[in-house]
Amino acid sequence: MASAETPRGAAADAAPIPLWLLAEVTYRCPLQCAYCSNPIAFARYRDELETQEWISVLEQARAMGAVQLGISGGEPLLRKDLETIVGRARELGFYSNLLTSGVGLDEDRLGRLKQAGLDHIQISFQADRSGPSDEIAGGHHFQTKERMAQAIKAHDYPMVFNVVMHRHNLDRVDGILQLAWDLGADYVELANTQYHGWAYHNRAALMPTREQIRRAEETTQRWREKAGNRMRIYFVGSDYYDETAKPCMNGWGTTFLGVAPDGRAMPCHGAAELPIELPSVREEPLKAIWEDSHAFNVFRGHDWQPEPCRSCDLLQSCHGGCRCQALLLAGDAWATDPVCPKSPVHDRVLRAVEVADERRVEVPLVMRSVKNSRSLS
Amino acid sequence: MERNVKLRLGTGMRLQWEAAQSAYVMLYPEGMIRLNEPAGHILSRCDGRTVDALITDLEAMFPDAELADDVIAFLDEADAKGWLRTEGEDHG
Repeated sequence: MASAETPRGAAADAAPIPLWLLAEVTYRCPLQCAYCSNPIAFARYRDELETQEWISVLEQARAMGAVQLGISGGEPLLRKDLETIVGRARELGFYSNLLTSGVGLDEDRLGRLKQAGLDHIQISFQADRSGPSDEIAGGHHFQTKERMAQAIKAHDYPMVFNVVMHRHNLDRVDGILQLAWDLGADYVELANTQYHGWAYHNRAALMPTREQIRRAEETTQRWREKAGNRMRIYFVGSDYYDETAKPCMNGWGTTFLGVAPDGRAMPCHGAAELPIELPSVREEPLKAIWEDSHAFNVFRGHDWQPEPCRSCDLLQSCHGGCRCQALLLAGDAWATDPVCPKSPVHDRVLRAVEVADERRVEVPLVMRSVKNSRSLS
Repeated sequence: MERNVKLRLGTGMRLQWEAAQSAYVMLYPEGMIRLNEPAGHILSRCDGRTVDALITDLEAMFPDAELADDVIAFLDEADAKGWLRTEGEDHG
């Protein structure tokens, strides 16, 4: 009786279920955050799935046992059919999570989404006030976000307050947590930047010093003691600094199934950047994609692993780390994740951290704009 | 936890039976906990009834078991994790 969790043994042998379905309904976005994890080439994804195609994805995934639905982007509120998608998700028994910047939201829409059965809203902030928020996201959106966070609570949604952390906001963590507290956040996710997509392009500008991360963690700990259960705070570290490989997708093809705006199915958020062909929900049933496609099987299990991972004790917990990072840093998607000290090219990560520590002159940000996307891809 | 406390699931928590997993699961923002059988029996009854009523129900289902202490220990733990909203506890 002491534990609610069923022992994992039985489940581990069973066929994997895509419990977490991420629907990236559009890559269009009113913000231009320089840390965005979307593909550099996002502007080329113009052929978005129609309402009925998304609904078919939901039905197929639910029949396979998917239970958590993330509706993300880009900015998902730019889809006018969001209420329809959410309504169908609720009928099917999904727990639906809207991941939004809050820009494009209003009281009416919050009410309609509530009525459609939306379970939870995660709203992103960039900083604790307007200036630093505008610098990283482009435009003037801070006050809108503040108002929308208040409205989210007024509509009695559980609210996750999400902030991507980097060199330009880590020193503001006290103010950020104060803002989250004042807005009544139920959960706060301080997620250090993961260097993929636009964030990798802006890595030199975004990487903090080790000291910044240490101080931010200390401040967070003080806040945890104050906030207790009223506001739960998660500080998601950076693997560059922790020197521990992330358990990529909790194991490739075990839990996560993402669908890009144009219908390409992704075994991880960054799969579009990998040298594998992504199957499309427009061409194949989701079940066949999940079970049989090359993309979902290429890194499934541990048989494909090279040394030093193959014989490493940590393999069961980290699965060899992030494939996108292996490609970006080692030039080989099959390599050991270079954040791991056992990687033969780990010095590249150490060097990047040292450079960030020693940096005196700030590097300008390249904003995630349509123009920049077109010129870089 | 006092036995006259009324039990409901916490805000944003949803409990449902998942055929694909042959289990009750507790869903919350961006997460899921797969429940074992006793936890499923208890949480699926947190619908506004009191701790006492819940124990009476379960004892009717499992007449041979002495359940009260285990159930209350589990409810305390679930409450600490934010899974429950409790009403009517006498703090006096």
